[in-house]
Amino acid sequence: MSGAVTLATARRVLQQLRRDPRTVALLIVVPALLMTLFRWVLNDQRVAFNRIGAPVFGVFPMIVMFVVASVATLRERRTGTLERLLTMPMHKLDLLLGYGIAFGAAAIAQVGVCLLLTIGPLGLRVSGSGWLLFLIGVCSALLGMALGLLLSAFAGSEFQAVQFMPAVMFPQLLLCGLVTPRDKMDSVLHGVSDALPMTYAVDALQRVTRTARVDGQLVVDLVVLALVAVAALALGAATLRRRTA
Amino acid sequence: MDAVVVRGLRVTRSGREVLHGVDATAPQGSITGLLGPSGSGKTTLMRCLVGVQIISAGSVEVLGRPAGDPELRSRVGYVTQSPSVYPDLTVAENLRYFAAVAGAPATDVERVVSQVDLTSHVRSVVGTLSGGERARVSLATALMGRPELLVLDEPTVGLDPVLRRDLWRLFAELASSGVTLLISSHVMDEAQHCERLLLLRDGSLLAQGSPEQFRRRTGADDLEEVFLRLIEASAASEVRS
Repeated sequence: MSGAVTLATARRVLQQLRRDPRTVALLIVVPALLMTLFRWVLNDQRVAFNRIGAPVFGVFPMIVMFVVASVATLRERRTGTLERLLTMPMHKLDLLLGYGIAFGAAAIAQVGVCLLLTIGPLGLRVSGSGWLLFLIGVCSALLGMALGLLLSAFAGSEFQAVQFMPAVMFPQLLLCGLVTPRDKMDSVLHGVSDALPMTYAVDALQRVTRTARVDGQLVVDLVVLALVAVAALALGAATLRRRTA
Repeated sequence: MDAVVVRGLRVTRSGREVLHGVDATAPQGSITGLLGPSGSGKTTLMRCLVGVQIISAGSVEVLGRPAGDPELRSRVGYVTQSPSVYPDLTVAENLRYFAAVAGAPATDVERVVSQVDLTSHVRSVVGTLSGGERARVSLATALMGRPELLVLDEPTVGLDPVLRRDLWRLFAELASSGVTLLISSHVMDEAQHCERLLLLRDGSLLAQGSPEQFRRRTGADDLEEVFLRLIEASAASEVRS
């Protein structure tokens, strides 16, 4: 692979995003609006907002990036550009890392804006540092992107790709410990929840909410998030076939 | 020397054999026309040459290497039938990207844009261009990095006659500079621009040779008529056998 091709791909994906201001607006504005709505719903329950505000802040970018990445990659697969690129001197990793860098930049903007709003005007107070929230938010967005890239291989149309979102994300939302604390779950569900990556994002955010101490478990959470993202990208690379029937 | 050598090529797509043992060659530095009606297997054959098609039997050799060999990726340019460029980027943005992927110098962008006569459209978003213009952007991306073999799937469909003539001139220039071109078409009158013709029908190669050889063999002047006579002759031989 070559760094030049990776960077050219990242630039191309960002140029495509720039040409589509509505998608950019949705990327940046939707999580921020949802956080505002969430704050408003809890109204005077400031304690509740402080308790679950951070975990909720972390799951939005994962969901949004999942949809954007799966549709973007599906488009690349279906318009013939992917096939063309794979007949050229391009390594599959150039393409995936290019997407990773471009969406990573989008994720930084998205998570940054949402975080400034959440700890600023919306008044979220957590024990840990805001930078940690930012880091976990970006990891969570990148994980969503990697999963979206992978799942797009199994979608035959945009309709299917969009419906993978509830299929893949909603079970994780229910089991990540946001709806019910994980230690109160049935042992089977607890086991399943251990295997779902969103659980680790939410766990990390809950830790930052509770304490300013960076403990081993928080590091484990972040490592799991990163590993699952890398594994999803690697599996995604395997689904980019140079030769097809 | 032959830039392309295809032997006993069989391809099965979704349970149906679409190429039934094709043997064909294309000489280096010339234009080979791949002619045949829609559905005859032209696109499948071209996909085999660029190494994106899974084949069930036979061999495909391109520029002395098995098709799909990583070393060929910078030596073969491929243009699919529907333009495979990014509709949401400008012509220049598309070309700069494909230049980077092809490892071509940035100056190539200007060269290929003028080769396909799109200089006045460099700043236009591809999605706003006409079908023919989009097809030319797609062609321009394949010229990037000066590939030795160009595989072009119906590059002149829907273009106006002047543009079509200009493109065939460009193809002839490229061929005279040593580039091998394999160009598919379902329009018989385009055969006159080719030094060699491959006539494909229902997944089998009906005949290959120069337009001149075909005229002599069938006694027909018009290539449409040549094609008809060849089809009739092959049908008759099938009946006899």
